[in-house]
Amino acid sequence: MNLLFHIGRFISWHGMIFKFPENWRMYYKETVRQMYEIGIGSLMIILVVSLFIGAVTAVQFTYQLQGTMIPSYYIGYIVRDMAIIELAVTFSSIILAGKVGSNIASEIGGMRQKEHIDAMEIMGVNTASYLVMPKIVAGLFVIPVLVSIAAVVSIGGGYFASTYSGAFSHEEFVQGLRSFFQPWNVCMMYIKAFTFAYILTSIAAYQGYFVKGGSIELGQASTRAVVYGIIVILMADYLLAVLLTS
Amino acid sequence: MIRAEKVFKSFSDTKVLKGIDFTFEKGKTNLIIGKSGAGKTVLLKVLVGLFKPTSGQVWYDDEDLCMMSKNELLTLRMKVGMLFQGNALFDSMTVEENIRFPMDMFTRMTAKEKLDQVNYCLERVSMEGINSKFPSEISGGMQKRVGIARAIVLNPKYLFADEPNSGLDPKTAITIDELLLDITKDNQITTIINTHDMNSVMEIGDNICLLHLGKLAWQGNKDEVLDSNNDTLHDFIFASPFLQKLKARALANGPVTN
Ligand SMILES: Nc1ncnc2c1ncn2[C@@H]1O[C@H](COP(=O)(O)OP(=O)(O)OP(=O)(O)O)[C@@H](O)[C@H]1O
Ligand SMILES: [Mg+2]
Repeated sequence: MNLLFHIGRFISWHGMIFKFPENWRMYYKETVRQMYEIGIGSLMIILVVSLFIGAVTAVQFTYQLQGTMIPSYYIGYIVRDMAIIELAVTFSSIILAGKVGSNIASEIGGMRQKEHIDAMEIMGVNTASYLVMPKIVAGLFVIPVLVSIAAVVSIGGGYFASTYSGAFSHEEFVQGLRSFFQPWNVCMMYIKAFTFAYILTSIAAYQGYFVKGGSIELGQASTRAVVYGIIVILMADYLLAVLLTS
Repeated sequence: MIRAEKVFKSFSDTKVLKGIDFTFEKGKTNLIIGKSGAGKTVLLKVLVGLFKPTSGQVWYDDEDLCMMSKNELLTLRMKVGMLFQGNALFDSMTVEENIRFPMDMFTRMTAKEKLDQVNYCLERVSMEGINSKFPSEISGGMQKRVGIARAIVLNPKYLFADEPNSGLDPKTAITIDELLLDITKDNQITTIINTHDMNSVMEIGDNICLLHLGKLAWQGNKDEVLDSNNDTLHDFIFASPFLQKLKARALANGPVTN
């Protein structure tokens, strides 16, 4: 019952978000501010995480490949495709659901509780639109960029892990990188990046926008933003995997 | 002119407003008074449209607030200014950006015109020169005044103020009252002020609505307050033992003559 209520409200709330802006310049400014916040604010953690993810992938596959007949240059190919198809985009999105999601939920929720949203409504601002659309749009622009960076960096991480240990040579890894490349995989990565960006920003904004009560409820809303964001991202990941690879 | 007609408002099972009929007049400072928890803020929010009344109507001149279309509502919003009980200043923006916000959003004024208007409003509330401060860097009383400055920046026809002088020293409180009175008279606007400050009542009470237990308990103006023998009103005004003593003494001495 409750779930249906939220789904219904979430959907009808979209009718309020995507409205013609009262003032393009204000929306533009807000979008740029959000892009900066999401992009620059998350760059460091994305770099660190994807570096290690690539490295761990390489180490684990080295272990798996030992004693098999699979040619050793496959390592580059595996690291590349793991990064592009799954790890860079899904891991980054889950991390961003935590970092950006809780941030968005508590920013909007705080504004709701301190009556900032009411104050804007009185002025005539369409708050659902002004407070939410720039965040979604900024996410749609910036998160795919972060995901691309994550993909490159995790391949780099894989490279270092496999060549540094001496298990593979530079040539082997690069040969692997150049083998069996399918542009469709990159396309899939971006489809996922856009979808997840939309999911994590809109769910977080929803949790913040309808918050009630005080600081405990605000904390709960921001936790829900993260938890629901991650769950829905993973469900979408599964659905997209089924759809896009069939 | 704003008119509440048989306004009821309940939250799940608590009935806050139980049938309010009252006319808030143009060019006057209309006061909503009552004890804490009487429903003043709720009534104000119903009047301004933040809460939908459970039943009843709110009329702006002869337009029903609940029946307005999106566009009519937007046009109305341009003519409304409101000071919230907790100020509701945007804390990520400076004082200047706060006051400029409605102009940025809804007007095509040039930067220079906006700045002039910001400075003019700050001057009206005697807060010149704090343009670049953040709300967290100024005192509560200053925040109230900046809130008023933001509420009047687009020259509203309707001004709402929720406890504009609570938490202020008596002198500043009187300055704020006078400011609201001046703005009301100068621009002939409809001003509605929530207060439980007796000084304000006696100072600027052109048209007073006393709320008690969700109903209108008394109405009148400041001159009628002392002559009224409405019990609820007297309980409200002579709340403190000091004032009760004063009243008793005044009654004993008979009418004041000069
Ligand atoms: N959003 C809400 N949900 C449920 N109950 C509410 C809500 N807002 C107000 N109330 C109830 O309405 C009653 C009146 O509250 P209101 O804030 O209008 O009082 P007030 O007269 O403004 O008091 P004060 O002078 O302390 O500001 C209170 O009993 C409060 O519990
Ligand atoms: Mg109140």
